Amino acid sequence: MNFEEIAVKSHEFVSQYLNGAEVGREVDLFATGMVNSLFAMQLVLFVEREFGFAVDNEDLDYDNFRSINAIADFAGRKLGLGATA
Amino acid sequence: MDIELTAEQEAARGQFRDFVERRLMPYADEYDRQEEMPAGLIGEVAELGYLGGLVPEQYGGVGMDSITWGLLCEEIGRGSASLLSLFTVQGMVIQSILKWGNEDQRQDWLPRLATGEIIGGFALTEPNVGSNASSVETRATLIDGHWRLHGQKRWISFGQVSNLFVVFAQSEGKSVALLVERDCQGFSTKPITGMLGFRSAMLADIFLDGCKVPQAHLLGRAGFGFSHVGGAALDQGRYSIAWGCLGLAQGALDASLAYSGQRRQFGKPLKEHQLIQELLADMITQIQAARMLCYRAASLKQRGEPSLIMETSIAKYFASRMAAKVSADAVQIHGANGCSDQYPVQRYLRDAKIMEIIEGSNQMQQIIIAKHGYQEHAVKQQRLAQSKDDGGEA
Repeated sequence: MNFEEIAVKSHEFVSQYLNGAEVGREVDLFATGMVNSLFAMQLVLFVEREFGFAVDNEDLDYDNFRSINAIADFAGRKLGLGATA
Repeated sequence: MDIELTAEQEAARGQFRDFVERRLMPYADEYDRQEEMPAGLIGEVAELGYLGGLVPEQYGGVGMDSITWGLLCEEIGRGSASLLSLFTVQGMVIQSILKWGNEDQRQDWLPRLATGEIIGGFALTEPNVGSNASSVETRATLIDGHWRLHGQKRWISFGQVSNLFVVFAQSEGKSVALLVERDCQGFSTKPITGMLGFRSAMLADIFLDGCKVPQAHLLGRAGFGFSHVGGAALDQGRYSIAWGCLGLAQGALDASLAYSGQRRQFGKPLKEHQLIQELLADMITQIQAARMLCYRAASLKQRGEPSLIMETSIAKYFASRMAAKVSADAVQIHGANGCSDQYPVQRYLRDAKIMEIIEGSNQMQQIIIAKHGYQEHAVKQQRLAQSKDDGGEA
């Protein structure tokens, strides 16, 4: 799996929660108002199940979840994919 | 969806049932009247490995799978919703540490939560803050390597006896979740009595008067207290409650089946009256429907599916409403006897009402379930439009 594939899957997941509105990969998800405890936990479970690693205590950083590209970057780092787009 | 139990799960359920029949059912009404849960019983469920059942083996627990934990909650809920609330909060504290604690915290706390040496408490609700839980007023300030907590928590299940609390507070605008020990400086509790239900759940007010907590007791990171630590814990709590409601309703049904077979009116047993049969048929059907939702949530939880959060909310919402209706019908079948504390159905009814309020009121569940419905609808519409576009291009 590469960064692009991770970003596509993350985009697909996040889009489910925006009532059909298009969301760019760099859009600040926290600014959309969609981030609540429910979404936060669903996102953690999605990342863990889809990409196969555990989101740990030290991963709790807004910059890891701020946008679709940020999620893909974070997942890429956890998977050891190195530099991304 | 496969809802066949494994041989191990069947065996575990048999043990849970046996324990509840012998050690809980005969005494639950008396505990309710006394508004107390005996320390000996808490020790017993701890010693059996039930109370800390969610702690993985590597941390000294038995590492129950989702279904086994659900079956345990169902059986405990059948016996006593108050005791179920002990299992609920213990599970929430375990989940908080297991998911968002660091390794030192897991090594430090989980083995003792597994054995019951530590009884967990979940301190989120406050006198002014209920459903709007992200707006807690308790303040945490980091001073010289310690957190200082100021605030008050209310309706804390087993707050009278718990010795480790997950406390939610605000710190410079960020939500934090802190592990607070009972013996910490500035910590005190006051028992709450006279509740409608959960009377033997040993509820307490908690006072945090400059309570001093080591900096290392932060769970997760600042800013992620309510959303992530609270989110994981509340999901676990709703899961336990959903299964507990199933047990509560089953208990009310069992009592009603027994009573309607014995009680005679108009020259025949109640069970031969068709309007009683109507009530019983609805009770049976509603319980089965809730059971399916609980098994679905269990299956998703076991697989770690993101949809488990929503499906658990749906299971909790449906099961608690169902329990309220079933227990009310059980009282109806029992007539005046059902309103007496000589029969357990009045306790089931009072406890069922609490189930509709805790771990996110049913109105909060309705809001998120409806929102989810709109989200799913929008996705379907989008896919439909996309498939039409693709067809048009072809």
